Amino acid sequence: MSVELLEVREHMGRFAPFDTLSDELLDDVAQHVEIAYFKAGADIYHYGQAIDELCYIRQGAVEIYRRNGELYNRLGEGDIFGQFSLLRNHPVRFPSRAIEDTLLYFIPAEVFRRLCEQDDNFADFVELERPRLEATVEQYRQSNDMMITRVRKLITRRPVMIEATASVQEAARRMREENVTSALIYEASTNADDVEARHTFTDSQGMNWTLIGILTDVDFRNRVLAAGLPAELPVVEIVSRPPRTIQSDESIHEAMLCMLRNNIHHLPVLHRRYPIGVLHLSDIVRYETNSSLYLVNNIFNQTNDKGLAQLSADVRAAFVRMVSEGADSRMIGSALSTIGRSFTRRLLELAEEALGPPPVPYCFMALGSMARNEQVIVSDQDNALVLDDRFDAERHDDYFAALAKHVSDGLAACGYSYCKGNIMATNPRWRQPLAVWKGYFSDWIARPDPQALLDSSIFFDLDAVHGEEAFVEQLQDLVAEQAAQSPTFLAAMARNALNRKPPLGFFRGFVMENTGEQKNSINLKRRGTAPMVDLIRVHALACGSRAQNSFARLDDIAETQLLPEGSGERIRYALEFISMVRIRHQALDIEAERTPDNNIEPENVSSEERHNLKEAFLVLSNAQKFLGFRYPMSRSR
Amino acid sequence: MLSFRLDNSPHRNWPDYLAERAATARDPRLQRYFSAGCPAPGSSIDDAPLLALDMETTGLDASRHAIVSIGLVPFTLQRITPGAGRYWIVKPPRPLTESSITYHHITHSEVEQAPDLNDIVDELLEMMAGRLVVAHYHRLERAFIDSAFEARLGEGLRFPILDTMALEAKRYRHSWRAKLASWVGKTPASIRLQDSRDRYGLPAYTSHHALTDALATAELLQAQIAHHHSPQTPIESLWV
Repeated sequence: MSVELLEVREHMGRFAPFDTLSDELLDDVAQHVEIAYFKAGADIYHYGQAIDELCYIRQGAVEIYRRNGELYNRLGEGDIFGQFSLLRNHPVRFPSRAIEDTLLYFIPAEVFRRLCEQDDNFADFVELERPRLEATVEQYRQSNDMMITRVRKLITRRPVMIEATASVQEAARRMREENVTSALIYEASTNADDVEARHTFTDSQGMNWTLIGILTDVDFRNRVLAAGLPAELPVVEIVSRPPRTIQSDESIHEAMLCMLRNNIHHLPVLHRRYPIGVLHLSDIVRYETNSSLYLVNNIFNQTNDKGLAQLSADVRAAFVRMVSEGADSRMIGSALSTIGRSFTRRLLELAEEALGPPPVPYCFMALGSMARNEQVIVSDQDNALVLDDRFDAERHDDYFAALAKHVSDGLAACGYSYCKGNIMATNPRWRQPLAVWKGYFSDWIARPDPQALLDSSIFFDLDAVHGEEAFVEQLQDLVAEQAAQSPTFLAAMARNALNRKPPLGFFRGFVMENTGEQKNSINLKRRGTAPMVDLIRVHALACGSRAQNSFARLDDIAETQLLPEGSGERIRYALEFISMVRIRHQALDIEAERTPDNNIEPENVSSEERHNLKEAFLVLSNAQKFLGFRYPMSRSR
Repeated sequence: MLSFRLDNSPHRNWPDYLAERAATARDPRLQRYFSAGCPAPGSSIDDAPLLALDMETTGLDASRHAIVSIGLVPFTLQRITPGAGRYWIVKPPRPLTESSITYHHITHSEVEQAPDLNDIVDELLEMMAGRLVVAHYHRLERAFIDSAFEARLGEGLRFPILDTMALEAKRYRHSWRAKLASWVGKTPASIRLQDSRDRYGLPAYTSHHALTDALATAELLQAQIAHHHSPQTPIESLWV
């Protein structure tokens, strides 16, 4: 390939969807590229113009407009346009203009078609919405951690090393002292060229040693006691050799296969030739078991608030691990919510120990993300107390006020900050008997006032955490029965769900608003997951779903005809994708020792992620438009 | 009988010159090339078939130094087609000196295996036929090609060239504004290829190579016309 085509090829090879093309296809593209320069302000394609090329921005910036002149997109270096007209074989619907001096590469239609036919990735990329988001979400799910996490991550201690000349008894004593089930046996290296050379290593004194084998608990039984050998025997006589070893940068999966293939439970781990540890089969089993279970166990073992607060670092570690292992947002949300609920329950148990048993039965109720099982690492506490109807404020409220304060302060110490809207059991308004709660919900549903509902929409995600769960179940039933019957309530909820709109996409280091305004960062919760959750909730209420989790709600919605064909799946993938971007950025924040938040800065978003986010925003935007149309405000109001 | 000035100053009766050479050329390849002529002087640059040309030489003096590589990229004001570009390393009659090797990124062995210019004359002239050549600094190209052909075929080769450097100079060196700036002590704008490209927002290319530079020159001309000239500009006011 000639050198100026290499310039073309090398540039395109850095940008999606060309970055994943085979060399052969990329050569094909570069070979057929045509180039043209457009001065700032020059039109590139007019409405209705015939188009038989895909456009690639080599340098500069281009704006795409809707037919009414509204800005549709702003594109920069490495972006493409024209694919939609090419795919549908129709003339240009969205005109384009250079807004800076711009150099464009044109890829002829027949090359474009060849790429779509021969490369699925490319085809997915240039198709609209679902296929690509779906493919991306599936891809994350499949990149199982065992395949990518390296063995060295599981090594927690240095290996116990015993010289070959030591007696069996000395070896057993060392292993007892060190509390290990295996030791590595080594001897002075005599001949660097011998067959064991690959297990020869040099210690810090410059001595050469050879790892000759591994000694495990079982060997003492099978090779010494059962064989009637004396304890004075040098270990070299009983050691299994040559040792099977694994390099520290191999995957955990590879280590597991190695153990299964050789039917061994201990595997020495080497960094180059130097032994750095021994992996036991149980390490892998433990690793595979969700670590949040251990954390939950640990929460219930704490005997005071201080101990609980100290676990918040573990919560973060468990979160980062789940992310790096490729868990999806539903797994992470449910694990973190389980952890949050466990903290709450343990705090309630401790409070009851301090305050005595409750004077009347109660249920501690979670609201918002914890009720939906969608908590992330940045979470406020939103909770309330539903009390038995025998509750008498005069006599009982001191107890429940103290209980609520204990839990709320305890949660704050564990990293769940106080709710800014004061939706907490410490607020007397949200510490009421069941009958009052029923009145609250009936009133919200029967006389919906959008402004009032704005503050109370969080109550429509509700779940029991501790105590008389039946109280909260009654409230869930009430909501499921009444909400679906009240079009005005649904319309008011729908209207509120449209308050927060997604941005248009990204341009260079900025977030692009629909107005063309550029911002430095975007709050992915406020502009992405929250409006998505809001609109799912409206549909769920409309179909009488009792589910609280957004994905479970989508399952219920799918049973009905509320959404157009395919729309529910698009919403599911878009929610999953935005949630995972938010979660991954929080994990990155934690790893970089920054305070995790809901903001992402465009410079930290890969170009592939940008493309997918833009499409997820588009799904959200379309779903919002549909919502307004599906649940209109009645004219009488 | 027409007479032609053989120095580098512009002359605008190129069609006549080419017709005359077509009639008198002894080498059939040159004869074919000259017969193809060039776009009419009054035709607009918008319609002209163009050919960006860049070459690398062992030095700056056409009488002592030689061509080592030639890059060609055909284009129009609408489109550049790099895939149709051509590139040759040619073996200079005089061996490469050490210093010129580091400058050109071309190695001895590449040059040893390269053809003589004579062997590529066919293809070179075929690419050039009927197209208006565009180069950044025409004096070098003109002098080297002319003397290389003179040495091999006994007949020189001259043709109209559209010089992107001259277009930049006219605007950034010779305009009254540029002169005023230099009187008040401002450093004059650089008219080297990459510096010129920077002014039009064109990317920096990493390699310095006759073919990349030919592509860079083609892009520069598109930008210059887009910014400072009408696409209807007659080519006789642009070529030299």
